[in-house]
Amino acid sequence: MSAVKSLEDLRRVKEEELERRKARAASSRAQITVGMGTCGIAAGARETMQTILEAIEDENLGDIIVSQTGCVGLCEWDPIVEVAIGQEPKVTYGKVSPEKAKAIMREHIMESKIIRKYVIPAYA
Amino acid sequence: MKPIRSLVLVSSDPESIGRGAQEVHRRLQRAIEAADLENEVVVSMVGDVGRHDALPMVIIYPEATIYGPVTPENVPFLVEEHLVERRIAAGLEASTRELSGRIAWLSARRGTLPAEQRIVLARAGLIDPENVEDYIVHDGYEALAKALTEMTPAEVINEIGKSGLKGRGGAGFPTGMKWRFVSQTDDYPKYIICNADESEPGTFKDRLILEGDPHSVIEAMAIAGYAVGANEGYIYIRGEYVLAQERLATAISQARQMGFLGETIFGSDFSFDIHIHAGAGAYICGEETALIESIEGKRGEPRSRPPYPTTHGLWGKPSVVNNVETIVNVPPIIQHGAAWYRRFGTSNSPGTKVYTILGNVNVTGLIEVPMGITLREVIAIYGKGMQDGASLKLAQTGGSSGSIVPASLQDTPLDFDSYARAGVSLGSGALLICNEDTCVVDLAKVSLNFFKRESCGKCTPCRVGTQRAYQILTAISEGVGTQQDLDDLQMLSENLTEFSHCGLGQTASVPIRDVFRHFRAEVDAHVQLKVCPAGACPMSGQLAKAA
Amino acid sequence: MTVGTKSAQDVNSLVQEVVGRHGATAEALVPILSDINQEFGYLPSETMAALSQTLRVPKSQLFSVASFYEMLSTKPRGRHVIQFCESAPCHVVGGRQVWQTLQDELGLETGETSEDGKWTLLTSSCLGICGVGPVIIVDDDIYGNVAPDGVPEILARYA
Repeated sequence: MSAVKSLEDLRRVKEEELERRKARAASSRAQITVGMGTCGIAAGARETMQTILEAIEDENLGDIIVSQTGCVGLCEWDPIVEVAIGQEPKVTYGKVSPEKAKAIMREHIMESKIIRKYVIPAYA
Repeated sequence: MKPIRSLVLVSSDPESIGRGAQEVHRRLQRAIEAADLENEVVVSMVGDVGRHDALPMVIIYPEATIYGPVTPENVPFLVEEHLVERRIAAGLEASTRELSGRIAWLSARRGTLPAEQRIVLARAGLIDPENVEDYIVHDGYEALAKALTEMTPAEVINEIGKSGLKGRGGAGFPTGMKWRFVSQTDDYPKYIICNADESEPGTFKDRLILEGDPHSVIEAMAIAGYAVGANEGYIYIRGEYVLAQERLATAISQARQMGFLGETIFGSDFSFDIHIHAGAGAYICGEETALIESIEGKRGEPRSRPPYPTTHGLWGKPSVVNNVETIVNVPPIIQHGAAWYRRFGTSNSPGTKVYTILGNVNVTGLIEVPMGITLREVIAIYGKGMQDGASLKLAQTGGSSGSIVPASLQDTPLDFDSYARAGVSLGSGALLICNEDTCVVDLAKVSLNFFKRESCGKCTPCRVGTQRAYQILTAISEGVGTQQDLDDLQMLSENLTEFSHCGLGQTASVPIRDVFRHFRAEVDAHVQLKVCPAGACPMSGQLAKAA
Repeated sequence: MTVGTKSAQDVNSLVQEVVGRHGATAEALVPILSDINQEFGYLPSETMAALSQTLRVPKSQLFSVASFYEMLSTKPRGRHVIQFCESAPCHVVGGRQVWQTLQDELGLETGETSEDGKWTLLTSSCLGICGVGPVIIVDDDIYGNVAPDGVPEILARYA
């Protein structure tokens, strides 16, 4: 990381990062994001994250980006996992236990089948 | 997400339930799904709607059309006509004659439904909080760059003043005015203190910001420092918020590496750095002068005010103390301007407010909405209705020091002024929604237990008053309360308000005052009839003897 | 860890290390006490004596500060500390029953430590995790959405 000394520097850092992301998105098949705020962790998000990482290792899935985020405020639905395959809109799953995470990895990630019954209903 | 187009409320008081309200609710959901409207229409059971002539009733907003009595068989027609064809479902309307005051709010609404508007939580749950590039990609540090390279400190303060931003910690003091006071003194050094000692029961909005978007706090504090002439900032964070502390520490070191903190930021001659100061478990340290005492390595006992921290703060020097939610409004205001900010909320309370929704609703969580939404809307839209279709009895707003708001006030807009006019307070934004199984004596007892344990002990009215009030409430909940106890409680409540040294003792009386004001009959039932109408109190006399 | 397993010299060097980490300033006092408390589970009087000498602050003043904050303890605590949130948001969603179960399972009341030194049971004010209440914290582990019948399983995780 180099020091940002002007508004132009900041814009440049932003542009470069956006380019990097575009390139990364083009070379990856799916993006998985796990909500890792305290609420999520209290509801078991660490175990969920662990399960996802293990599944990626077991199945040798190199083209998947896994990242964390804070809490979005849907505490009732913690742990929350978002899955986006390619350019498709992201799907938000709620109350994702390790078992559900395994199923999501198997069906959504491997076979591109959304598991409707785990999806958080709109405006919930 | 599509905007919510319609809100469908189903009455679910006992009589409505007896007449099939649950089946009506189920069929409404099914019909709405079948019409592919489930992303635009919210259906919820809302308990008693305040009118009993044609139950079960279905009320549809924003048109405020009242249908009733609605049978399960009517539902497909109702959905087809009103929600699909968008016209009145002929023949199902309830007569409009007896429209009671409680639902007259409908016609006064602005014809649109309140949607979430995220300003302070825009990035929480979206970005990776440990990745500074993620923050930058989402417009991070642009406001700081703008302030430092294009604006004078006076212009920054002016913009914040014009935005109408008020403190979100509970008191609602204008932020621009606070900054101006500090900028006008020529006593140096000055300090920016971010109050992240969030401990009000039911409140966790600041934790979400700190955990989910820590750089926004850093950016906001640096702008504040530039505006008032401070080069050092402190974040006083609750000791219990371990994850938030870790994320902040990571963010601060990233910001230093990239030059957003340190010397000559953005090539200007402004320097700023931030320390994290973790508390060690004391609610009172959320009070600004107690917080300052605590940073100075002392017991967190509040100082006398005046003088205020704006002139005599940390180490006796001028200090800005801003709550987390308040200060993270600053970067978007600087970036987009005060006029943009004033488009949200009401004219006297611009902007948004973060609320935590808790208790007996179907869905708990946290929302950020423009000032002025009502409790009824919060429960129906974001809480997805009351659990088991129960009726709202009361809401405790703003944690233990907030108000106990009876169901009759659920159509009062949630903003500083409207709440003040109704004699209640918005507090920190925690909305604890309680159904009719909640006993007001029990609730007041739990609240006073909180104050009793958190009283710092410095002044007698609070130290002894909260203890004694808790004992009396315990006795009442045990069925051994007397008329004398009620009189004592009343007097204690007045003394707490009148003679306590700081806000803790002064607000400890609020639950007692509100319960007496709105639920006197229920308290009397405990004392005179030895009955807890909600069935929550033990009424066994056991604990009271022990106490 | 107890002081018993440490020599006076060890105690002193630990105190020096913690003071070195935060600096010997007034504003470092609460963080210093927090770190020592973290190390031993409480603030042993030996550490307070060493700290008093190092910082040149009277012991009475150190105790005055230490006794003010909930997270600092001047008395020994069990190997595992359980904090139960007793504030209203957890209370109205079933916290009372969870609290009863905790007390029954452990045979302890608020503030007590079990005879074998395994558990200390504490109540706490709101921990800010209300969205998943009722909440209990065991040491640093947070458990949300706790039901009474889930309590034994949580306790069994700790040796």
